[in-house]
Amino acid sequence: MIISYFIYFKLQESDFAVTIFFMITVTEIEKLATLARIKLTDAEKQGLTKEIDSILTYIDQIKKATLDIDHTPIVGIVHNIFREDESRVLPPEDREALLKQAPEREGDFVAVKKIIAQD
Amino acid sequence: MIDLKNLTIKKAHEDIKSGKYSAVDLTKAYLEEIKKKNPEINAYLEVFKDAEEQAQAADTRFKAGAATLLTGIPFAIKDNILIKGRRAGSASKILENYHATYDATVIEKLKREGAVFIGRTNMDEFAMGGSTENSAYGVTKNPYDTERVAGGSSGGSAAALAMDGALAALGSDTGGSIRQPASFCGLVGLKATYGAVSRNGVMAMGSSLDQIGPFAKTVTDAEIIFNTIKGNDSLDSTTISDTTYKTKKTDKKLTIGIPKAFLKGDGINKDVLKNFEESIENFKKLGYEIKDVELPNIAYSLPVYYVIMPAEVSSNLSRFDGVRFGLHKDGKDGIDDYFETRGAGFGKEVRRRVLLGTYILSSGYYDAYYNRANALRRVITSDFETAFKTVDIILTPTTPAPAFKIGEKISDPVAMYLEDIFTVTANLTGMPAISIPSGVSGKLPLGIQMTALHGNEALLFKAGKEFLKE
Repeated sequence: MIISYFIYFKLQESDFAVTIFFMITVTEIEKLATLARIKLTDAEKQGLTKEIDSILTYIDQIKKATLDIDHTPIVGIVHNIFREDESRVLPPEDREALLKQAPEREGDFVAVKKIIAQD
Repeated sequence: MIDLKNLTIKKAHEDIKSGKYSAVDLTKAYLEEIKKKNPEINAYLEVFKDAEEQAQAADTRFKAGAATLLTGIPFAIKDNILIKGRRAGSASKILENYHATYDATVIEKLKREGAVFIGRTNMDEFAMGGSTENSAYGVTKNPYDTERVAGGSSGGSAAALAMDGALAALGSDTGGSIRQPASFCGLVGLKATYGAVSRNGVMAMGSSLDQIGPFAKTVTDAEIIFNTIKGNDSLDSTTISDTTYKTKKTDKKLTIGIPKAFLKGDGINKDVLKNFEESIENFKKLGYEIKDVELPNIAYSLPVYYVIMPAEVSSNLSRFDGVRFGLHKDGKDGIDDYFETRGAGFGKEVRRRVLLGTYILSSGYYDAYYNRANALRRVITSDFETAFKTVDIILTPTTPAPAFKIGEKISDPVAMYLEDIFTVTANLTGMPAISIPSGVSGKLPLGIQMTALHGNEALLFKAGKEFLKE
């Protein structure tokens, strides 16, 4: 029902641009998942291929808009506020509260696995 | 017995002040309702054990004559807003065991007034969704019909208020996440001008779109909360002050614009359209002038939103790495820890949006999607600015249909995204928008949405109060 509402708008535009039907592949999904550091199962990859395909087909209509592309993103009329690049010393209890959140910790450090390859 | 159904912030304040009941009595009354209703509705993820203690402190303030309008008022807080020392999790498994180490600016401001925090409310994981079905802790049901959703992503906050489990609530709105659940639950919901309310301490979803805002039973209550939480904040450089934008005069006859061309088509529920026409008539009777407005590119709003938002999501959610806080799943080496943690911690919709955002921002697609969407965002904003030269307020329904059934849209992401058709524009343009209750379809509440030019919340409050006869 609601989908047809959008087709209505699409038809309103006398635009004969070729609609590209997306076929995002499992390999592409795997590449994206690697970039995003997310482990996926094979079943999830299949599902996501279909879902992302349908979303891309939907958002593809923005390519039909006629406009002079201005690349500067605008969010508002406010500008960045800078402060002096000075370190703020946290009270010890705040530091402890932050450290307490870390899953692995050694003394006053957050612990991670060794990142240099061993050979 | 306190009549919770008809209680407002002002009335509760007067009652406590005159000694009719205490802040503790009021909090207890809400806790009692929560005990009865929350097991089925699932509005709250946690009810704070010290709520009564907070109310006691409020009573002390009343006795000392230092109470303000929000002193002792029980608030429900969305699970993505930080309260120091308490659990906060955006209804995600990846934040299991996380405790906030500081107060969000809005929380600090409410604490200063002596408000009572009753609990944290359910939501779509990281505010991604329109039904609260994407929560890792189960769906929130609509108090008006428990087979239906309460809306989302701030569905828990809306349901908490609608089931009389709080007198006010905070939510966050990135594409309609306050206004849509407000509409589904018969409440007032406000998404203020971008930058009006500090985002410091709310978990970021789409940073150029997010705003924290109030849920309330009346426009007057929403205005009271907004006036308390708004304001410039050195911890959020996008915040504005009362003088950033030029404001229009409110003491004149107001003109309402209707984007007629946008409301054609068979995508809108018949009851919603009928109610919308009736609402226009009501405004006419109240002396408002009604005009047709052209918004030539408004049909692009939703696809533009679904480019910009996932792009921002994919960057914002990169911070959840299992190293500094939250869930940690062990992998075979450091980088594998990330894969395991994020694979186990993020739910379906979150992964979908992170991957989509990664695609949109990847080289080769960046220009076609992200840059183009940003350019269109600017065009849509300027369309609105042009329309606001001839009208003061733009009126639409809040949603294309009343609350839908649980499970109805969960397997079709695009159908779920279409829920946001009327609400996303205010996030793209940064303009303030309010949803107010406008009637019913059967037993389900309906809402209308009013949008104004940046900084003109006062116009929305005025028209809202007149419409609801407050």
